[in-house]
Amino acid sequence: MKILVPLKRVADPDNANKVKVNGGKLETTGLEWKPNPFDEYAVETALRLTENGTNPKARQGEVVVVTFGPKDTETTLRAALATGADRAIRVDAADDALDGDLVARALKALVEKEKPDLVLLGKQAVDGDSNQVGQLLAEYLGWPQATFAGSIQSEDDKSLVVGREVDGGTLKVRVTLPAVVSVDLRIVAPNSVRGKHTPPTHAYADGVRFAALMAIMAAKKKPLAEVKLADLASDTALKIKYTGFELPPARKAGIKVKAVSELVDKLKNEAKVV
Amino acid sequence: MSKILVVAELQDGKVRKATHSAITFARQAGAPFSILAIGAGAQGAAASVTGFGAEKVLVCDDASLVGPICERFAPTIAQAAKAGGFDVVVVTASSFGKDVAPRVAAKLGAGYAPDISGVKAEGDKLVFRRPVFAGNAYATCEITTALKVVSVRQSELAAAEPSGGASPVESVALAAKDAAEGRIEFVGLEAAKSERPDLGEARVIVAGGRALKEQFAGVLDPLANLLGAAVGASRAACDAGYAPAELQVGQTGRVVAPQLYFAIGISGAIQHLAGMKGSKTIVAVNKDADAPIFQVADYGLVADLFQAVPELVTELKKAQG
Repeated sequence: MKILVPLKRVADPDNANKVKVNGGKLETTGLEWKPNPFDEYAVETALRLTENGTNPKARQGEVVVVTFGPKDTETTLRAALATGADRAIRVDAADDALDGDLVARALKALVEKEKPDLVLLGKQAVDGDSNQVGQLLAEYLGWPQATFAGSIQSEDDKSLVVGREVDGGTLKVRVTLPAVVSVDLRIVAPNSVRGKHTPPTHAYADGVRFAALMAIMAAKKKPLAEVKLADLASDTALKIKYTGFELPPARKAGIKVKAVSELVDKLKNEAKVV
Repeated sequence: MSKILVVAELQDGKVRKATHSAITFARQAGAPFSILAIGAGAQGAAASVTGFGAEKVLVCDDASLVGPICERFAPTIAQAAKAGGFDVVVVTASSFGKDVAPRVAAKLGAGYAPDISGVKAEGDKLVFRRPVFAGNAYATCEITTALKVVSVRQSELAAAEPSGGASPVESVALAAKDAAEGRIEFVGLEAAKSERPDLGEARVIVAGGRALKEQFAGVLDPLANLLGAAVGASRAACDAGYAPAELQVGQTGRVVAPQLYFAIGISGAIQHLAGMKGSKTIVAVNKDADAPIFQVADYGLVADLFQAVPELVTELKKAQG
């Protein structure tokens, strides 16, 4: 199976409380770049689907990673190559020249060239929290989509049974490939992904794999192609325009109560909520 | 002047309450709106939204529109939007809305803005407000295309009240099937049967963290039962299997804003705070006095939850007489 995994780097989500707004503009200076965690899960999922988990070094298929951005986003691609992806593509673009729709349209052109069986990506990037590229791409391609995947089972790499995490529980769907799947948090649990090459008894370590130093060195030699955005999308106009940012209203500081009885008294007589 | 189409989300043959927040969006935008009730059983559900001042309530009721498979719904939503000359399509930011809205936008060549928390009409422009960075900032944005699709947050827009009147009900045609629809199949929905209210609609939520371990339900259920509350959970509790995934509250789970939110044994990672800090009153019980949850809690209790929660149940029963 050939899998294309689009990746995005985001300002370190664990430092999002350091997000500053200055004169209506978002300041990201001083924030460290990290791969979007959901995209890291997508890479891990792609690797699990294209290997025998008992011998993960031999890739049974191909995993291609792609990102959009300036030269320094190649760090994100190299990190994915180090964990096992085969090759990478960087679509050269300035960060502020992109929106989800443009990325989806450019990905469509890339998919038509690369012809993957599956596009796997994170359900959302934790900076803009938009949760849209997978769905837009699926529609532009005329492919089925399975969003918010918490589990994936490959049926001989012709179709996938995907457990989608929805508001009411887990919704299971069967998609015939090629398809777009966006992954949720629990896709990296030990038994979430069942590829056709891995024995059903095999349980993965929880979470994403880490690259060994040797693999990080070797990843520097893996192919990384650069493509121009204009070669993938003729219309580069953005459909969404951000005009300002502000911090959310602060909650006023609360109090600590000393005992359960005091808490109940406050809830009843002060907040009047019980 | 915009013309808005509100897509009503159905569940078990009824319109979900989140739809009322989408109606609030339409009213805030100050534009005439219609409501599209779409799904198997929509005909019966439509009557519940005819009293909100919509120009029309459009209905597409077809046996094929069953199971929240967006490939079945998107073509008809897009077709109804086009046929009726609507330029803004509004869905709720539920898992169904977020699944289907971008597909509708792509069909219409529309721009899409998700998780809208407010809208303002400035001249002939609509200016949207939406949280980004796990709610650590709010962005104002505009959609530059003539057609626009948005999803709106139930937790940020109060449910609309009926305004009287009776909107005329009109049937709209089911669109031709997409190629994509032939390649997706509904297998099943695994839902924990629960008599509790939905997280998005509950007045009170009792949420627990990893500290509860296997006693998650044993400790929280008596409190939730007493208050008629929904039960929520932190990501850590869901990941560890102490609570089912659909109970997760946070940036990437459900975003809630009840009148009263109990955070029991939840440390308060920013991803969790993103999902609940809009709650009116927040109570935190945690044995770690430095836990970040206390920075957003109105009432904090530093205590061992295994003692404090049962005691809380007893005291609340006394207080309720």
